[in-house]
Amino acid sequence: MAARQVTARWTGGNRTRLAPQSVRSSDVAKASSESVAPQVARGFWRKYVFSTDHQIIGRQYYFLALFAALVAMFLSWLMRVHLAWPRLAIPGLSALSASGAPAGLMTPEYYLSLLTVHGTLMIFFVLTTAPQAGFGNCLLPAQLGAERMAFPRLNMLSFWLTFTSLGVLLASFLVRGGPAISGWTAYPPLSALGSITGPGEGLGQSLWIISIALFCVASLLGALNFITTTLDLRAPGMTLMRMPLTAWAWFVTAILMLLSFAVLLAACVLLMLDRVAGTSFFVPSGLIVSGQMIHGHAGGSPLLWEHLFWFFGHPEVYIAILPAMGVTSHLLSCFARKPVFGYRAMVWATIAIGFLGFLVWGHHMFVSGMNPYSAFAFAVLTVIIAVPSAVKTFNWLGTLWGGRLRLTTAMLFALGFVSIFVSGGLSGIFLAEPPVDVQLHATYFVVAHFHLVMGMAAMFGIFSGTYFWFPKMFGRMMNETLGKIHFILTFVGAYCVFMPMYFLGMAGNVRRYAQFVDPYLQPLMPLQRFITVAALGLGAAQFLFIFNLFWSLFGGKKAGENPWQATTLEWATPGAARAVYRGPYEYAVAGQEQDFVMQNAPDAGPSRARKEAADDNADQISNA
Amino acid sequence: MTTQTKFPTLEERGFGDGGNGGEGSAGRSAGGNGTALSVGPTGIWIAMASITMFFAAFTSAMVVRAGLGADWTRVALPRILYLNTAMLLASSVTLELSGRSLRAAREGPFFGWLMATAALGVAFLAGQLDAWRELAARGVYLATNPACSFFYLLTAAHGAHLAGGLLALFYLVARHRRIARGASGQTILKVTTLYWHFMDILWLYLFLMLALWV
Repeated sequence: MAARQVTARWTGGNRTRLAPQSVRSSDVAKASSESVAPQVARGFWRKYVFSTDHQIIGRQYYFLALFAALVAMFLSWLMRVHLAWPRLAIPGLSALSASGAPAGLMTPEYYLSLLTVHGTLMIFFVLTTAPQAGFGNCLLPAQLGAERMAFPRLNMLSFWLTFTSLGVLLASFLVRGGPAISGWTAYPPLSALGSITGPGEGLGQSLWIISIALFCVASLLGALNFITTTLDLRAPGMTLMRMPLTAWAWFVTAILMLLSFAVLLAACVLLMLDRVAGTSFFVPSGLIVSGQMIHGHAGGSPLLWEHLFWFFGHPEVYIAILPAMGVTSHLLSCFARKPVFGYRAMVWATIAIGFLGFLVWGHHMFVSGMNPYSAFAFAVLTVIIAVPSAVKTFNWLGTLWGGRLRLTTAMLFALGFVSIFVSGGLSGIFLAEPPVDVQLHATYFVVAHFHLVMGMAAMFGIFSGTYFWFPKMFGRMMNETLGKIHFILTFVGAYCVFMPMYFLGMAGNVRRYAQFVDPYLQPLMPLQRFITVAALGLGAAQFLFIFNLFWSLFGGKKAGENPWQATTLEWATPGAARAVYRGPYEYAVAGQEQDFVMQNAPDAGPSRARKEAADDNADQISNA
Repeated sequence: MTTQTKFPTLEERGFGDGGNGGEGSAGRSAGGNGTALSVGPTGIWIAMASITMFFAAFTSAMVVRAGLGADWTRVALPRILYLNTAMLLASSVTLELSGRSLRAAREGPFFGWLMATAALGVAFLAGQLDAWRELAARGVYLATNPACSFFYLLTAAHGAHLAGGLLALFYLVARHRRIARGASGQTILKVTTLYWHFMDILWLYLFLMLALWV
């Protein structure tokens, strides 16, 4: 019974039909429920599997990302255990790959395979998928007052392409040589020459490229859908400057995806041609690999790939983090019961970060031997990004200042986001300086930086979004006690895992190594072991979240319509008219019985026009 | 007393035509905020932005690769490319004439020009294949040298995108009666026309790049 009610909430159409008594303006609701009804009549496969309903597609993306995150986390455990105890045989690992881990001891190449798949899964299938495609599909139309995404069938295609893409990537575990070993950046010439460059560089690397190309197409179609929906399908009165900051984040992120994934797709085509068609876009002359001279390729440039890749790769960082920033702004306002401090500044900061994100890709290539003047230009542009980022951080603190904080789990994760974003982001200013970066580039300092500022911060955004929107997505509340324990363990765990890596990096601990056997690294081994223990604990804490998620799906407390007393349209009464009369964050408005006014509330509230009308009335009365 | 803004139904918002949008709803305002409601044209403009980036990546790669070393050997472009270019330009004109005939409610010319466009599109692709055959006959293949790699790459990528437009044209040809009666498909015609012109301009750009660098 409970399950049926949960599933009944999975389609907007069903909700409207199940609760006609809750409809406010009946004529409007009837019209919309009638036109949505034909979708509802479809069978199980069309309704829940090959669905064109954005609400279902959003959940599909969410669970795909959850699965990818668990696999990626498991891989990181294997890597961390091997780094800390390189001679420890991991039971069962040889079953995963007999050649990659004979007798449970992974080869250095297999470590690189795990590293590659961990990075690829996290960046593409978790950080790009969950916050944007997952939450975006579930909530963007609702927040804008649109009934659906602009192109429902393209939306379905996007998801199933993403699904196929994930399948292709994971299939590389099953092929000879295992998955690619060239990292998530797939630098040529290693990635361009085939199995001569190592196990995993044969079919595994080809599967990686195919997987990423499919992911590019899926992301492009998804971005097309998000942008069109935002431009064309907003409810009456929902001007751009009345959109919630989450909607702004999804919109700007979609633009970044539209422009950057197209470049990555082109780069993947070129790389694939180098591998299979004998072209030389990226392969230089005179290469000797594994003791053999490479024939048949000449004159290409690995730097060309680096430029194309990072032209995508840097915007990708903001694709991962902007939605989390949106969620944080949204939640801090709701749970501080205050309007967002500097809404317009927040919008412009989002746009500025998106724009500048396209101009800084060179800072990933300071060690590539680029002209120092180019490096200087990229460094200046990179440091400029600190300005809109600081505007955001300042405004988050401004939003909290003097607020009546409600420390729900969702709010705790949003606060955690601010903390982790700052801890990870500040080191970005160091890395933006070419002389410092040349020193730190190949060390754990960089690992700490991007895991905190992109990885953990975006994960905190995903967690806070999950705790916040779970009642909207599944009709029930998540357990707050479990949630708070999950937060404390994750917050402490994240700092224990990644902060020490800064010190490792400053001490010169190289990254991407499968084992630290050099004498100068031995004094750092205790810290490496501490990180591994913390990583095991941090990972284990996530099972609390998984348990809470699935238990709450069926056994959670029933959620009311607007459990957080929020103002935006995703919490509006289902089927109610979605005309918009005010901005998104009207909390603590004077003269209200409640401390918030919803965006679609027409009558209450000291809107200027009404106030003036009242003043006019008062004038007339006094004149009379 | 507040005035409740009337919420448009799905049909009014351009969803009446199976999600493709109806011509009638194009550009109509949603009752206050002035957003255009025809998602098809918006979508195709956005798609064109993305395709532009895709080809920008290829052509910037070409310029960089051409500047790298001595192995860039220029290729004499097949003469048929000029004929192909002329045919593609003509197809844009015929498609425009087709749209005008439809707006003037002249079904015969509408269908005729539409057919002519599709035929010119097919002829263009056939001509591009012939250009490949000519190069291959000269012993110039994909991996012979970087210049011809880019020739094959850019023509193939453009051809694949044009084939998508051609599929849309075939669809329009198949449904021309319903479109002429005004029942549906006007948005697809509008979107296809935009896309086809874009393919035309994109080819002119690529042809220029090929003429300058390859």
